[in-house]
Amino acid sequence: MSALSLENITKIYDPAPASLLDRLRGRPARPGFQALNNVNLTVEHGEFFGLLGPNGAGKTTLISILAGLGRATSGSAKVCGYDVVSQFRESRRALGVVPQELVYDPFFTVRQTLRLQSGYFGLRKNDDWIDEILFNLGLSDKADANMRALSGGMKRRVLVAQALVHRPPVIILDEPTAGVDVDLRRTLWEFISRLNKQGHTILLTTHYLEEAEELCGRIAMLKQGHIVALDTTQALLSRVGGTDLEDVFVRIMQNDNPLEILA
Amino acid sequence: MSTPHSRLPLSAGGSGFPTLLYKELLRFWKVGFQTIAAPVLTALLYLLVFAHVLEGRVNVYDNLPYTAFLIPGLMMMSMLQNAFANPSSSLVQSRITGNLVFILLPPFSQQQIFWAYLTAGVIRGLSVGVCIWLISLFFVSLVPHNPVWVLVFAALSCGIMASLGIIAGLWAEKFDQMAAFQNFLIMPATFLSGVFYSIHSLPPFWQQVSHWNPIFYTIDGFRYGFFSVSDVSPWHSLAVVAGVFVVLCMATLRLLAIGYKLRS
Repeated sequence: MSALSLENITKIYDPAPASLLDRLRGRPARPGFQALNNVNLTVEHGEFFGLLGPNGAGKTTLISILAGLGRATSGSAKVCGYDVVSQFRESRRALGVVPQELVYDPFFTVRQTLRLQSGYFGLRKNDDWIDEILFNLGLSDKADANMRALSGGMKRRVLVAQALVHRPPVIILDEPTAGVDVDLRRTLWEFISRLNKQGHTILLTTHYLEEAEELCGRIAMLKQGHIVALDTTQALLSRVGGTDLEDVFVRIMQNDNPLEILA
Repeated sequence: MSTPHSRLPLSAGGSGFPTLLYKELLRFWKVGFQTIAAPVLTALLYLLVFAHVLEGRVNVYDNLPYTAFLIPGLMMMSMLQNAFANPSSSLVQSRITGNLVFILLPPFSQQQIFWAYLTAGVIRGLSVGVCIWLISLFFVSLVPHNPVWVLVFAALSCGIMASLGIIAGLWAEKFDQMAAFQNFLIMPATFLSGVFYSIHSLPPFWQQVSHWNPIFYTIDGFRYGFFSVSDVSPWHSLAVVAGVFVVLCMATLRLLAIGYKLRS
């Protein structure tokens, strides 16, 4: 049983409905956008896995399907062996997601936010773990601050804390260091690496390829909804022959037939 | 920290429903001036103005002062509007600020989400109603003849509007759409349903129109609980109100089940 598995996942977003004028003229609705095309991927327990791709490649769509925020047009997705549709309770309990957008509820303090998120998973006496997360993410002195009063970096830390509050075995980080300072990056990666060493499976998407190269044991690259590369980081570097992961990434993405350079 | 495992166990959590309900209650309680005090003050102003102008000039039911007649109508109107406002504003704000994701990521079923938002809306509506009733005691000693009817109609009517509020909150993608729903549908339906008058005082055509407005039955049945007098049979009103409640609950649950505008 893998930590994450995707079998033949295809996602086509519903077409935009035709306007009334277009309908009167007999013009059909625009076709749907295909975000993922027959994606197969397995992430084993304890892996630190990187999911890379340019904007619009389908990374967030793939994460949304795993998290139950979106539904695949076809194929099946599982978290820790639990189907994300038919066994959504177990699969969502197994998964912590740090969303890409900096979102928060302005009504609550940091501690209230974490207690509520913990309670949503049915964990109502979880303060010891909440305190530990706050400490490890450098948020202890902000525990009673309202979310509105936090800087962007601090809000990002709270998002990470919210994803961890129910101790999920699998953690997905969707561009968690976008627009944050060096200090947070270092604190965050130290903490996440420690969780990974303790057995948590990590799926990371990022545009900072040096982070992916340093942290991820295996990497998949998505391009226009297809997985065009999937291997260990070292194997990708040696097969493509670039100087670093960024060089490998650029070569693969710029090649019309990436399989040629991976052969 | 957790003990190292190659396969970490899932945390054994119970239901998240009580926390979601608590969060929705906390949300309106934290801004109580806006969500409770403001509608109570508005109802009080209506009461002062209408009671002052119309007391002694309008005879609605025999031997019933107009101020006493007006109070249950004002209570119900405020309860309906606030029961609608609670889930609708919560959902539309969460959607626009993006924090709706925190409700969608945990293992909630559509029933849990539905009942949490609905219950919070009902509790806010009832809270506003009770406050208006308590303040109205300074004007008229208004004690319900049939408290059970009062409670049943109050709870079901708030349930109808809270359910409608969830539907509006799911549908609206911006505050403008929500304002349109509130001002062009909810407000006229509540104002034109016998809050300030008995429909018997209307011309026959408008009496017929009123019978097609389900809000009329919520107010008429509620008023029956106070005075044992109503425009139509309370059982007729109860059947309409309960029927509308069940239909709206089923429609809302269906929208949540298919993830309407929630899960792409």
